[in-house]
Amino acid sequence: MNWGSWSNFFAMGGRGFYVWGAYLITLICIVAELGLLARHKRTLRQRLTQMLRLNKQS
Amino acid sequence: MAINLFKFSSPATFYPVAGKLIPVFYGLAAILTVIGLYLSFFVAPTDATQGEVYRIIFIHVPAAWMSMFIYLVMAGWAGLGLILNTRLSSMMAQALAPTGAMFTFVALVTGAFWGKLAWGTWWDWDARMTSELILLFLYIGYMSLTAAIDDVRRADKAGAILALVGAVNVPIIYFSVKWWNTLHQGASVSLIRAPSMAKTMLLGMLVMALAAWMYSIAVALSRARLIMLEREKNSAWVQDVLEKKS
Amino acid sequence: MGKLLLTVIRRDLLLAYRRRADVLTTLFFFVIVVSLFPLGVGPEMKTLRLIAPGVVWVAALLASMLSLQRLFAADYQDGTLEQMLLAPQPLAVIVLGKIIAHWMVSGLPLALMAPLLGLQFDLPPEALLVLFAALLLGTPVLSLIGAIGAALTLGVRGGGVLLSLLVLPLYIPALIFGAGAVEAYIAGVSPEGHLSLLAALLIFSGLATPWVTALALRIAME
Repeated sequence: MNWGSWSNFFAMGGRGFYVWGAYLITLICIVAELGLLARHKRTLRQRLTQMLRLNKQS
Repeated sequence: MAINLFKFSSPATFYPVAGKLIPVFYGLAAILTVIGLYLSFFVAPTDATQGEVYRIIFIHVPAAWMSMFIYLVMAGWAGLGLILNTRLSSMMAQALAPTGAMFTFVALVTGAFWGKLAWGTWWDWDARMTSELILLFLYIGYMSLTAAIDDVRRADKAGAILALVGAVNVPIIYFSVKWWNTLHQGASVSLIRAPSMAKTMLLGMLVMALAAWMYSIAVALSRARLIMLEREKNSAWVQDVLEKKS
Repeated sequence: MGKLLLTVIRRDLLLAYRRRADVLTTLFFFVIVVSLFPLGVGPEMKTLRLIAPGVVWVAALLASMLSLQRLFAADYQDGTLEQMLLAPQPLAVIVLGKIIAHWMVSGLPLALMAPLLGLQFDLPPEALLVLFAALLLGTPVLSLIGAIGAALTLGVRGGGVLLSLLVLPLYIPALIFGAGAVEAYIAGVSPEGHLSLLAALLIFSGLATPWVTALALRIAME
């Protein structure tokens, strides 16, 4: 730990906005990709099981 | 051996194998990210000239590497699908594209944050940033083309040609942009100056790059699984998979 | 081989002659886009001289986008393209012939018109010559690369916009060297380097793209 205190850590030598901004946007991008993938998976499964059920009935 | 490979490359066999591998790669990505972030923020020293801002490189450089690497891998899979006519390789190519575009975008945004302090502007027509922007256009073009063609076979092959043409063009574009850039302004400040970089900085960057790599594999595999389900929805194995779940 | 090439070129030129209006539309589009820039930027001659090469080149890229869709569309619709695919003659040569004919009715008129438009931007006479030379070398590259995109998007919904999305990023080297040649000349540097790189680009794309386009056409017609 070479920061001394947490407030020093978050300040990033006065450049906190840039460092944390870059990391935050990266985090948002990754979470968004995972979220979209999960939603795609859910809707696809729903659609396919529904199709299967309809096929069986007929 | 050849028979095994072909058996493995059929979606029905690949689907469950990929399902078992995905958590492993997500786990590796998570562990490596934790180690990488620890190295980046608590072990790597403050840079003598740039101060703390340089810590952006621990995501910027891995993202830029991945953006180019994924494009090459994508073009490779697409080309393999074009030549050998294997369904799986074309699916992998399409599964990789969105992740590659995501990393390109991340590289651009983090580059802008760094550039605001180093150059004083959010955007500079620096050779690498410009090439990265063009790479994003190439990804978008590939995804739009494969999405616009309804016939799956044609979409795979047309996408493959575009990806390969793009891969041939990337170095030409890079050198022309670089040349254009040096004619219009002096060489720009480099984000990484190799000689003065501390070993721990390099290590942090490598671990983060490895984490990004594992993450890309995990996401691409799970996206490939969805593409498989969608395309083979009428086959027996997909119906088995669905019945097991419900 | 040469005879086949000439036959294809003659046929496509004849077809283009019968639809002269299409050729003129592209040319007028080019003229209008270039003429809009002074209205947007302001009549300051110093600025205009500075942006002239870039403006003319970007307008040429856009104009060539417009005409690209017509490259295979007519033959695709009336079934001629299918015959060409089945013909014993090499498809790449037929494709090359079509691209050359397409360039003669779309790229060449732009190159011939450009010096006139350069006058609007107060370019010196020698710079107009460099602009003409750069366009003469560069517009065939646009037609060659664009042919791949035209073949890939053949009959696809939203083809026109999609085509520009695919092809415009690939045009960037031609744009850089083409506009760069004129800029270099105005700045007092010899444009030779730019022009020879443009020529290299032309040779490379001339050798490679007909084959790729032929492959793309086969995929599109499968």
